Amino acid sequence: MAVFGWLNDQLLKMEWLWSLVAQLVEHVFGLDVGSRLGGSIHFFIYDSIKILVLLSALIFGISYIQSFFPPERTKKILGRFHGIGANVLGALLGTVTPFCSCSSIPLFIGFTNAGLPLGVTFSFLISSPLVDLASLILIAGIFGWATAIAYVVVGIVLAVGAGTIIGASGAEKYVEPFVFNRMRGSADLDYQALSTRERLAYARDEAVGILSKVWIYVLVGVGIGAAIHNWIPQTLIAAVLGQDKWYSVLLATVVGVPMYADIFGTLPIAEALVARGVGLGTALSFMMGVTALSLPSLVLLKRVVKPRLLAIFVGIVTVGIMIIGYAFNAFGHLFI
Amino acid sequence: MVVKVLGACCGNCATLMENTRIALKELGIGCEVEKVTDFAEIAKYGVMSIPALVIDDRVVSSGKVLKPKDIMKILEGVAR
Repeated sequence: MAVFGWLNDQLLKMEWLWSLVAQLVEHVFGLDVGSRLGGSIHFFIYDSIKILVLLSALIFGISYIQSFFPPERTKKILGRFHGIGANVLGALLGTVTPFCSCSSIPLFIGFTNAGLPLGVTFSFLISSPLVDLASLILIAGIFGWATAIAYVVVGIVLAVGAGTIIGASGAEKYVEPFVFNRMRGSADLDYQALSTRERLAYARDEAVGILSKVWIYVLVGVGIGAAIHNWIPQTLIAAVLGQDKWYSVLLATVVGVPMYADIFGTLPIAEALVARGVGLGTALSFMMGVTALSLPSLVLLKRVVKPRLLAIFVGIVTVGIMIIGYAFNAFGHLFI
Repeated sequence: MVVKVLGACCGNCATLMENTRIALKELGIGCEVEKVTDFAEIAKYGVMSIPALVIDDRVVSSGKVLKPKDIMKILEGVAR
């Protein structure tokens, strides 16, 4: 257990890097890490390197696993299940099926067209950006394993719950009719088995591709985190997002929902907020709001569902995120 | 030969488009690459992840940003 703890601290939390950057800031820049400027420079360098390194390794490993679950395969697997079991499986598969946000529409059409219930498709769509394997490990690296596992569990519960409600609301009539048109053919060519070499090449391409897209989000996120960490007055943070303020979760969610950023960019912001005494639930609500719902993805989704269903979807997910936020604030002390 | 790239939003689709053009040029095939961005149209091909490559109405790849040499291999296979 001690060995595991040590590995966790050194590999995930990278405590060696923390000390190394502290040395750099103190001896090369001649700044005190405890000072305002020194502290934010330290946070910026340490967090950027940590997140980018972890991310590269994680995306590579995870893409390898994901290469076993192309959407076509997920569709086939899901077709064999019914009821709430299908929702749970949909949410779980959402965590491992690769798909960039642009693919959400063809995927929605593909699932619906294959006769999957709308609720199962929504469970999948909600869990996919919200919970993925990379975020699980990164959250563990920042907040510890208990929080990471709790995050994944509530994320899946949210996806299953929201999907089930949408499925039960008979919302099929609010889906654009063309979605149900029979497809001309089904493109099952991705289904052919890949060799290990092809999977490794795929994993490498994904790691390079994703990193080249998200690095800027990470740097901006870490920059904001550094500002929160050292420059925004404690009194202001406590007044707006403090644990004792009933509206803190509400505010974090409402601000987070329209925003679009990668989960990796939002993590350093959440990290800095928690370090300044903001409730874990408030920080998680912000993170979930940013990743699960965003204006660009809603604009895309609007092309296949009518406004009414879009509103139901946004409403349920937003309320779910707030419930999770309040629950974590109430019981979060059990995790960290 | 009719070559289409299905996909609309992120940079991946533009990259596939560009790589396809390079492959066609490399093989000396003088045909244009058509871009399909309408989701109803994309759905007709049964594609669930974009970008996808369609040659003569057959989906030859989906959810992958193929490199020019991969596309050349596919094109040579079709020509044969």
